[in-house]
Amino acid sequence: MANLDPKIPSGPLAEKWRKHKTEIKLVNPANKRKYEIIVVGAGLAGSSAAATLGELGYKVKNFVFHDSPRRAHSIAAQGGINAAKNYQNDGDSVHRLFYDTIKGGDYRAREANIHRLAEVSVNIIDQCVAQGVPFAREYGGLLANRSFGGAQVSRTFYARGQTGQQLLLGAYSALSRMVGQGAVELHTYSELLDIVVVDGHAKGIVVRNLNTGEISTHSADAVILATGGYGNVFNLSTYARGSNASAIWRAYKKGACFANPSYTQIHPTCIPVSGDYQSKLTLMSESLRNDGRIWVPKKKEDCGKPPGSIPEADRDYYLERMYPAFGNLCPRDIASRAAKRVCDEGRGVGESGLGVYLDFSDAIKRLTEAGVRERYGNLFDIYHEITNENAYKVPMRIFPAVHYTMGGLWVDYNLMSNLPGLFVLGEANFSDHGANRLGASALMQGLADGYFVIPYTVGDYLAGQKPNSRPSPASPEFVKAKADVEAGISRLLNNNGKEPVSHFHKRLGKLLWQYCGMARNKAGLEQGIKEIAKLREEFWANVKVPGSANNLNQSLEQAGRVADFLELGELMCRDALTREESCGCHFREEYQHPDGECKRNDEQFAHVAAWEYQGEGKEPLRNVEPLNYEFTKMSVRNYK
Amino acid sequence: MSSENNSKSISVTLRVWRQEGPNKPGRFIEYPANDLNPNMSFLEMLDVVNDQLTVKGEEPIAFAHDCREGICGTCSLVINGKPHGPHEAVASCQTYMRSFSDGETVTIEPFRAKPFPVIKDLVTDRSAFDKIQQAGGFITARAGSAPDANAIPIPKVAADLAMDAAQCIGCGACVAACKNASAMLFVAAKVSHLGILPQGQAERDRRVLAMVNTMDDLGFGGCTNQYECSAACPKLISHDFISRLNGDYIAASFRSMFKQAPAQTAGGAG
Repeated sequence: MANLDPKIPSGPLAEKWRKHKTEIKLVNPANKRKYEIIVVGAGLAGSSAAATLGELGYKVKNFVFHDSPRRAHSIAAQGGINAAKNYQNDGDSVHRLFYDTIKGGDYRAREANIHRLAEVSVNIIDQCVAQGVPFAREYGGLLANRSFGGAQVSRTFYARGQTGQQLLLGAYSALSRMVGQGAVELHTYSELLDIVVVDGHAKGIVVRNLNTGEISTHSADAVILATGGYGNVFNLSTYARGSNASAIWRAYKKGACFANPSYTQIHPTCIPVSGDYQSKLTLMSESLRNDGRIWVPKKKEDCGKPPGSIPEADRDYYLERMYPAFGNLCPRDIASRAAKRVCDEGRGVGESGLGVYLDFSDAIKRLTEAGVRERYGNLFDIYHEITNENAYKVPMRIFPAVHYTMGGLWVDYNLMSNLPGLFVLGEANFSDHGANRLGASALMQGLADGYFVIPYTVGDYLAGQKPNSRPSPASPEFVKAKADVEAGISRLLNNNGKEPVSHFHKRLGKLLWQYCGMARNKAGLEQGIKEIAKLREEFWANVKVPGSANNLNQSLEQAGRVADFLELGELMCRDALTREESCGCHFREEYQHPDGECKRNDEQFAHVAAWEYQGEGKEPLRNVEPLNYEFTKMSVRNYK
Repeated sequence: MSSENNSKSISVTLRVWRQEGPNKPGRFIEYPANDLNPNMSFLEMLDVVNDQLTVKGEEPIAFAHDCREGICGTCSLVINGKPHGPHEAVASCQTYMRSFSDGETVTIEPFRAKPFPVIKDLVTDRSAFDKIQQAGGFITARAGSAPDANAIPIPKVAADLAMDAAQCIGCGACVAACKNASAMLFVAAKVSHLGILPQGQAERDRRVLAMVNTMDDLGFGGCTNQYECSAACPKLISHDFISRLNGDYIAASFRSMFKQAPAQTAGGAG
């Protein structure tokens, strides 16, 4: 059994973080340079953490598989970042952001973590503006806001439709400054292939240089993973093609627990799939739901007609009808399921019948076309590029797609996993979004973890480690880890199968979408587990990985990642199977209210499921961390 | 610009630059790409060709890509002689097969510039851009030290102009398009973004001098006002920012000649 003490500080909710900061141990400034910290990943969480730890005086090594830290997929976040600034004077507060987030997550996240997130959200905006992030402004020069799903206030800060890009470039600039000063040593083209554990603590990593194939080991006093989510397990998703689970998966196999792996966010507004060759799905920002109206024809026979020819009376604005209080701005899981439902009824639009309209004609009447272009121009351009359609003239067609994973490595309040010395930040951890993440909260969490949480909490761990006591990379644990990695690579290269890696990735994606997607049931998940195990066998019998280990070999990179996905996919099904309730994104068909909404089972499942690896071919162990709601009443989520 | 192709399926011949490694000679090799759906993206077409090569036992074509939605700046193909292909205002990954005609020969090369050495096939090393950023592409703002975000109002026009410059995705198409392999548009975008904002004033002179000097040291050429950079830029960043960069650079150089820097003080009281 893993030790899953969440280490939540005692005291009133609003006092916990302040109290914790004053009580945790510190490392004195002269000692900080004696500690080396490895940060893996350079998205919002990784680059903000590496920069901030460098500013504090720690020796930081930052590893990224990209050619530059600026490429990390945080760059693609479009819509915005939440913060409880209440600049709009519309009733927002730290407590309200906390409450919206915990309710949005369907009461499956920790109160203390989310409250801290809401508290530091205001510091993030200050920090970003100071760095020069060009957020949208009003004519008076003050910051502008918009609304996002699951909230009844305007608390989202944005930079056109490129908020993630601007926030990442801000963090990248801070990181670049530290690299220039020599405080952070940057290792690009470096993919993590294993974690090294010495005396029960994470003390180093094994990486492969993607250009030269060189395998190297690096030791440190603490290891921080900020390697993002694992939605690419579905093959088709809004993730970047390179996004992968290998860092967290290999940490799992070294003893870190994987929490709630089945919690996958399916984003309601993406461009529908068009063909078999497709490699990627493109998101249309949730911010579009501020002004766009979602509908399908009321009658099946109208589905093939041009949308403009369908009279108002024959349109079903189903979100406005079903959820009048939140309308088109209901949370993502709810909007996605509603889209699935109307398509299952045969009322979907487009060639495949898997699409719904997102219509701006009313917004154009209200704001003019120029007004709509000012707010969303780049999104309309992206839509046009992909579909060759002009969304100012005809409604967009959208459908849900895999977008984010709420699950991830288990961490305590200090963001440390159950493997001491291993910290996990951002999407790679499980901590703040429960069973569903609200829009504009991922950017908030990534930067909260990197700028404002880890700089405090890592010190608490390091203060217990003697300065300059990290093991040598020549010690046997490192030598063995390196040899294991090399054996794994040669196994892939010498496999002599017939099928390219993509063949298996596509099939795994289809299996997961079918059995562990927007709706799940017992029989399907059991079937999924069997079929994934079979596919995994087939992969090892028949995958073909061309090229060599000693230079840039993109097939080899992809093969290693897909091999990990083939194991992770099974764990996701297992997690979904054993959670016998519906909550947030996790919709088990057996557990629903008569109106089709999620039926939670708080008595048996108000907990985090944290899976512990038991060895090759053995069933993993399901550990449980109870979620104690001391300050909020767990109620049925209602957006009506 | 090619006319849009609306037929059901097309076939093209690819003429692809293949180069085993940084110091190996490269050459063009032709590959057929048959029966393609015109709605396929250019990179998806390469995926399909690569899978066919793999099955045949040949090594697939290495090309850089990641987000496939035009924002990460990783993809970097010269298609028929144009960085990022035939269309304006898109990255290579946002190019679709409907832009090509049936039977066409399509030439694919890496971004070519001395500071961007080829790693393999179509993949180049653009870490020179990171080095320019590390020299000065930032506003120093230690985490935890920032004043309230609304403490300094910034006129909307200034914020919008800064955002126009800040959109740069760091792909390097500007360098690949320039006959001098100049990085002026890239540097101008960053210098302008930070220099327009009030927060960026304290380091404005240092920043522009450090970034321009580093750019020169890394072997990028100078600007001779051809504006190919703006035309190739997937975000259509205007060459007007280069004028702003020149102005900033001259002013900063001038001031640095006359302004004596205060003596460096190290350590503190106590």
